[in-house]
Amino acid sequence: MADIEVKDGVDDETVAAVARLSGKYKYGWNTEIETEFAPLGVNPDIVRLISAKNEEPEWMTEWRLSAFARWEKMTEPTWAMVDYPQIDFQSIYYYARPKSMLVKPKSLDDVDPKLLATYKRLGIPLKEQAILAGVEMPEEERRVAVDAVFDSVSVGTTFREELKKAGVIFCSISEAIREYPELVRKYLGSVVPATDNFYATLNSAVFSDGSFVYVPPGVRCPMELSTYFRINAENTGQFERTLIIADKGSYVSYLEGCTAPKRDTAQLHAAVVEIILEEDAEVKYSTVQNWYPGDEEGKGGIYNFVTKRADCRGDRSKVSWTQVETGSAITWKYPSCILRGDDTQGEFYSIAIANNMQQADTGTKMVHLGKRTKSRIVSKGISAGKAQNTYRGLVSMHPKAKDSRNYTQCDSLLIGDKCGAHTVPYIEVRNNSSRVEHEATTSKVDDDQLFYCRSRGMDEEEAVALVVNGFCREVLQELPMEFAMEAQQLVAISLEGSVG
Amino acid sequence: MLEIKGLKVKLEEEDKQILKGVDLTVETGKVHAIMGPNGSGKSTLSYVLSGRDGYEVTGGTATMDGVDLLALEPEERAAAGLFLAFQYPVEIPGVGNMTFLRTAVNAQRKARGEAELSAGDFLKVVRERAKALKIDADMLKRPVNVGFSGGEKKRNEILQMAMLEPRMCILDETDSGLDVDAMKLVADGVNALRAEGRSFLVITHYQRLLDHITPDVVHIMADGRIIRTGGPDLALEVEKNGYADILAETA
Repeated sequence: MADIEVKDGVDDETVAAVARLSGKYKYGWNTEIETEFAPLGVNPDIVRLISAKNEEPEWMTEWRLSAFARWEKMTEPTWAMVDYPQIDFQSIYYYARPKSMLVKPKSLDDVDPKLLATYKRLGIPLKEQAILAGVEMPEEERRVAVDAVFDSVSVGTTFREELKKAGVIFCSISEAIREYPELVRKYLGSVVPATDNFYATLNSAVFSDGSFVYVPPGVRCPMELSTYFRINAENTGQFERTLIIADKGSYVSYLEGCTAPKRDTAQLHAAVVEIILEEDAEVKYSTVQNWYPGDEEGKGGIYNFVTKRADCRGDRSKVSWTQVETGSAITWKYPSCILRGDDTQGEFYSIAIANNMQQADTGTKMVHLGKRTKSRIVSKGISAGKAQNTYRGLVSMHPKAKDSRNYTQCDSLLIGDKCGAHTVPYIEVRNNSSRVEHEATTSKVDDDQLFYCRSRGMDEEEAVALVVNGFCREVLQELPMEFAMEAQQLVAISLEGSVG
Repeated sequence: MLEIKGLKVKLEEEDKQILKGVDLTVETGKVHAIMGPNGSGKSTLSYVLSGRDGYEVTGGTATMDGVDLLALEPEERAAAGLFLAFQYPVEIPGVGNMTFLRTAVNAQRKARGEAELSAGDFLKVVRERAKALKIDADMLKRPVNVGFSGGEKKRNEILQMAMLEPRMCILDETDSGLDVDAMKLVADGVNALRAEGRSFLVITHYQRLLDHITPDVVHIMADGRIIRTGGPDLALEVEKNGYADILAETA
């Protein structure tokens, strides 16, 4: 299917209607915009160039260069159950910036209208107003602050002033490096070290932008924060870095969304997310990942290699990861919790859908270090078409993690008979007062259920979507309400064509 | 309303003929009952009419108001006004009963080119109709049929029927597994839906359901054919003498 080109003046509804009719991936269009690229490939000069573009201090440049030196000695991991052609890391652009972003806009009013139109079409509000039609809730709770990242740069961040009043810092990471160097220097790489793994190390060398959040002690962030990632430029990797610091007794809920145009060639996305939780802090991190998954034959799509980790440093802190992974040709992602403080809690709720030729290898790591730490894992994997879906998870109870608990539930659902589901749990318990429970099920979408739904008037795809949404219920209900609705629709869309 | 002529059906998987030429006409606004011993093909008839996979039609026709039912997908038959109350209602974990009902109602409305019901309007109608069937708010919230008792499942089928307002209702052994009170509740629900433009085909093994839902016509089915047709008295005859006499007569 060809990209739908949008001419100026074509109204969004028409575009959306056409996109609906052409089915499947709704966000596959491309924004025609003049883009400035760094030279192809990666080497210390490219690393220096990215650092210079972001006007970074010397220590940051050095940090990147040492990560790069390390990366050159590393090899790609091969243990995941994913199969893809060798990535040529020298034939990718590591930096792409719309030319109109050359001079940093002073406010959202100064942002290139084409960029604003892009986010409008994606349904991402970049105006500071009540949003999300159809969701009824009090005016105050309806607002979501957005950081919009387009290829390698942050386009703008909303509600900054209001958040500032509450003491919350929410800005792009490039800005944070310039404006809050002490905070960044203290925490960056403290959860995911620059040497952590092949992709995280590459990210440490070449990350161009991303989001930064700091919530001061005792503050409950007055609104949801979110980052919306859009890859637009062809043949370009997106390497973003997110750093969230929740100081003592604070709370923040953070959402992340991702889309990309349809391209015939695969594109690399290697992100790092670090979350630091001090005493009694709570962070809820939700992702709706809808990168372009490639076509039915497996052509194109995003290769998504992501390292996400939260460090519950302070006692009684709590982190919760919720992810809905419907996109990407390859997903390699294990949002993890280091339960360092005593009485800390980690949760991981995941829905991973793989259709057509998609491959997902995803799960979590729960590392129990502190006493009486608790973790809960609920994973729902759905495979359709010829897709392969693997849950890979580690639960590790260290000797000092006395009286700790884990509960893991992994359910797989198969649609059709050419797909696969795999569960690979690793469990290490090194004390005798902790308890680990693991439950796993694999089932097929039942013909009787589909016939029952159809005999009541639903078509086959509606019936599958309903049954699958039911299967995912426990995870969907963990999402913030506005995301839950979107996610339900996404579940339906990503399974189109999976039956019949 | 429903016209079945010489319908022959075999199982897809094995070479076994189940229906061997069924002729049946249900007029608009009438209640027909089909009785028969186990294995006579009663349930197969209901499944074939509603479009379940696994059967192959080898001869004959089935039309509803002149429309060839057998050419339609199950959901198209539903939108055209056909409804099957299942003998064994299916459980759908994680899907709220209310969500299921609303999705079904709106899917049919959409198929017929009607506007979808708003959440508010829908809720009002559901509550009212659920109350008549003694279905409480909790049962509407619970996942479809999951953990429902036999009686709750059957009442839930009737609620779906009440919400979807079909023109042709097939009840497949709706009385099976019900105690007397539950059966009465279900029968009351069905009777409340009896209307001029709506026809019923009540499939049952026992006569007792027909004490509560009085049929206009009773058919006896055996070995894949309708072997006798009569008035409500025929059901009483079966109740008294069993199927043996009737079977012997036609043998």
